[in-house]
Amino acid sequence: MEGFTPFAGLSGGVLIGLAAVMLLALTGRIAGVSGILSNAIHAGSGSAERWLFLAGLVAGALLHQWLTGVQLPVRTLDWPYLVGGGLLVGFGTRLGGGCTSGHGVCGIARFSPRSIVATVTFMTCGIVTVFITRHLLGWPT
Amino acid sequence: MKKIAPGLAWLASGVVFGAGLSLSGMISPRKVLAFLDVAGRWDPTLLLVMAAAVLTPMIAFRFVLRRDNPLLASKFHLPTRRDLDISLVGGAALFGVGWGVAGYCPGPAIAAFSVDLREPAIFGLAMVVGMFIGDRPG
Repeated sequence: MEGFTPFAGLSGGVLIGLAAVMLLALTGRIAGVSGILSNAIHAGSGSAERWLFLAGLVAGALLHQWLTGVQLPVRTLDWPYLVGGGLLVGFGTRLGGGCTSGHGVCGIARFSPRSIVATVTFMTCGIVTVFITRHLLGWPT
Repeated sequence: MKKIAPGLAWLASGVVFGAGLSLSGMISPRKVLAFLDVAGRWDPTLLLVMAAAVLTPMIAFRFVLRRDNPLLASKFHLPTRRDLDISLVGGAALFGVGWGVAGYCPGPAIAAFSVDLREPAIFGLAMVVGMFIGDRPG
C-alpha cells in the first residue's frame, strides 16, 4: 500500500461508485456517509437501515482483507489529533451538508454546483492543512 | 419480504462501498495524507479513486433516474438546492482541515474498524460529537 497504486485505486473507486449506483437504484437515496451516519445516530425512521449500511462498510472492508490476505498497517496517532480532526470533520460535514462521498462522488456525478464548490474547498483546505501541520509546524501526522 | 429487502439493499451497498475503500487503500489515513501532502512524497492514488468513483455514477445515474421510482422505494430523494452559501463553504473548509489533520473522512473512518479499534473509535466518537453540535438547531 506504500506509494502509488493505480490499479487498486481505480478498481476500488469503481466499487465505491457502484455502491452509490446500487443505493440510488434500490432505495432512492444518495450514498453520502456523513448524512447516513447522522441519520443513524439521530434514531428516527430509517435509522436501522443506516446502521446496516455502516455495518456493511466494516464487513466489506473485512471481506476484502480476508479474500486478498492483505494486512493494512495500524497507525497510532496521538489522541489530540484524532479528537480535533474528528470534531472538525463531524461539525464541518453537517454544516456543509456532505463529505467526500455525498459531495465528492455522488454530487459531482450529478453535476451539482454546491458539491463541486464543496469538493474544491475541502480538497484545497486539506492540502493547505497538511502543508502547514507537517512542513511548518512539524506535527507527526 | 417487502420489509427486509430495503435493509438488505442498504447492507449490500455498504459492503461494496467498504470493499472499495479497502481495495483502493483509502482506508489508510497515511495514504490519504500522502495525497494531500503535495510538498512531501506525493501519492496521487486518491485522484484515481475519485475519478473512477465519480465516473461510474456519472454514467449509471442517468439510466437509474430514467425510472419513475427506485426498485424498493416509492420515490427518489435527491438534493435540489443549487445556491452557494457560507455554511456550504465554511462547513467544507472545516471538514477539509479536520481531514488534513487526522487523515480520515467519514467513510474510511468507519471502514477502518476492520483494521484497528483505537484510532477509529477515538476519531469516530469525536466525529459524532461534532455532528451533534453541527445539527443543533439555531
